[in-house]
Amino acid sequence: MRFRLTEDQRALRDGMRGLVARRFDRAALRAAVDRPGRLDRVLWRELGAAGFFALRLPEADGGVGLGLPETVLAFEEAGRALLPGPLVATHLAAGRVPGAAEGETVVAAVDAGGLVEWLTEADVVCGEVDGAVPLRSVDPLTPLHRVAGVTAAVDPVAVLLTAAEQLGTATRACELAVQHARAREQFGQPIGAFQAVKHLCAELLVRVEVARAAVYAAAVTADPADIAAARLLADEAAVRGARDCLQVHGGMGFTWEADVHLLLKRAWLRTRRAGGGTESEELLAADLLSAAGR
Amino acid sequence: MDLADSPEDAEFRARLREWLGKVLPTLPPKPSPDDWPGRRAYDLGWQRTLYDAGYADVHWQATPGVRLIFLEETEKAGAPYVGAGFVGLLHAGPTIAAEGTAGQRARWLPPILRGEEVWCQGFSEPDAGSDLAALRTRAWRDGDDYVVSGSKIWTSHAEVADWCELLVRTDPGAPKHKGITWLAMPMDTPGITVRPLRTLAGSAEFAEVFLDEVRVPVTHRVGEENDGWRVTMVTLSFERGTAFVGEVVACRRVLGELAVAARRNGRWDDPVLRRRLGALNAEFRALWRLTQWNVSAAEAQGGLPGVGGSVFKLRYSQARQELYDTAADVLGDESLDADRPWVHDRLSSLSYTIAAGTSQIQRNIVAERILGLPKGR
Repeated sequence: MRFRLTEDQRALRDGMRGLVARRFDRAALRAAVDRPGRLDRVLWRELGAAGFFALRLPEADGGVGLGLPETVLAFEEAGRALLPGPLVATHLAAGRVPGAAEGETVVAAVDAGGLVEWLTEADVVCGEVDGAVPLRSVDPLTPLHRVAGVTAAVDPVAVLLTAAEQLGTATRACELAVQHARAREQFGQPIGAFQAVKHLCAELLVRVEVARAAVYAAAVTADPADIAAARLLADEAAVRGARDCLQVHGGMGFTWEADVHLLLKRAWLRTRRAGGGTESEELLAADLLSAAGR
Repeated sequence: MDLADSPEDAEFRARLREWLGKVLPTLPPKPSPDDWPGRRAYDLGWQRTLYDAGYADVHWQATPGVRLIFLEETEKAGAPYVGAGFVGLLHAGPTIAAEGTAGQRARWLPPILRGEEVWCQGFSEPDAGSDLAALRTRAWRDGDDYVVSGSKIWTSHAEVADWCELLVRTDPGAPKHKGITWLAMPMDTPGITVRPLRTLAGSAEFAEVFLDEVRVPVTHRVGEENDGWRVTMVTLSFERGTAFVGEVVACRRVLGELAVAARRNGRWDDPVLRRRLGALNAEFRALWRLTQWNVSAAEAQGGLPGVGGSVFKLRYSQARQELYDTAADVLGDESLDADRPWVHDRLSSLSYTIAAGTSQIQRNIVAERILGLPKGR
């Protein structure tokens, strides 16, 4: 057992983090917020060129030939930067939809929960979207449509990649909270010196670390119960993390100007994707009985 | 990232499993939780069995990965827990091995490994629990002895212990972390009074220890005089490292048993309860993965457990309490029957957010040492 990142995995994560930092920094994030519903096609192609969508595609088919653990690391970085776009749908379409692997084609998909992200910007949509109704999405970075009567099977890889994005967002929430707690002074000292604030930050990190262990392990085993556990804990880490981050930011956290609401809204949106919440809990409950063999 | 055993680890696991399968059916029945002399004999007997089979020093010699396999497999097989040997094997032993002289190692370590001597921990005091460095028990030199006076509290197994790892203040004028010394005190020395304490679970788990001019030879000092705090930090990092590994495995087993019990008594049909059990499954799976993650990190750093132990302990102590609260919901009225084993476990789980550093202290450690937030008051 060597349950830690290999040199290659570290390099891949750092490479992805570098690419995202160069191409989608805070200015780009806020620019995207100011013109909602528009996808940056140049960035999409750059992600494609870097192999983001083709990570799991065999080398013989023009892919990178890596596995789920590497893919999870890349999606974690995407979640950390709040990268917009139908990332999971396009990744899953690589090798099946021409141009998806290269980032030339933007692919959206009807989620088993009945929501479609980025429907009007997509070149190809997987699933039946007749009668799709637009929602005024709470997340300014993710346009949404709703489709009634969807009966699609839940893809465990989609569930896991959502968990990886949530993990990244949770990590960002923890970083932002700690940064603010160190810098912001009240009563003559940084607010991070106050135990009440300190403990909020500690709990942020605890949730991140528990979710990280669960997400990485699920990427290694690809076991459905491990994936369900990873999703539950990553959803919790992202949503509660963003809320606590907002609390640490105080009045500033309640403004449009601070980035915290973007973390929280994206985290909320991802919890609505299929394979989270009740579904995961029921799967894990059933697993207890099957594991007990009775 | 790899969760599979290496060939050597797989061989160790298979050999251990086969041996456990042979030896466990031959063990005598476990004594009752309140029978401390009986538990001492039972736990030492198990340690002797481990010694004869070559597993006695697995916590000291082996890599963290092998230690993890050992704790996982012994718990899964239902082998006895380290019990009365806990302080000797997981605290005093590793401390003496790391900081003791050759003569001290030769005197104290073999009897711990052979299951002949029990140690207890004289760290906490009535006014120095979480603020351990506030301890006031005094020791002063008189010829070749230290003379010790004061009192200790929450001392597990004190009434059946042969030795006590004792922290004393040898320089009252020094800053509070500086003037402390680590001593090994024989528990049959004149001047020691042990008074068992009854816990809210009704059992006598630990004791108060009163020390009235107790003479401890200077040769029983481990480390330098007034350097006891550093020696103690070596011990505490062990405590937070792998101390809870077997328990996580045990909690996963209890959770499975709870699901079966809920199915049997009809509570399984309640979707709220069922989902809580599912969420706890996620929780204990993740805690097991976090254990593997921390152990792998420790192995990469040369075997020393890191501050990841505080992250783990915070979440685990909470999860354990939730597990037994959920057990009470599964049991219904039976959860008020003190003779049910899960009821005792529910009560004892209340100590987990307090013992070995309260959750509040652990959050300070995480915030200051990992996240780098400023120290407060």
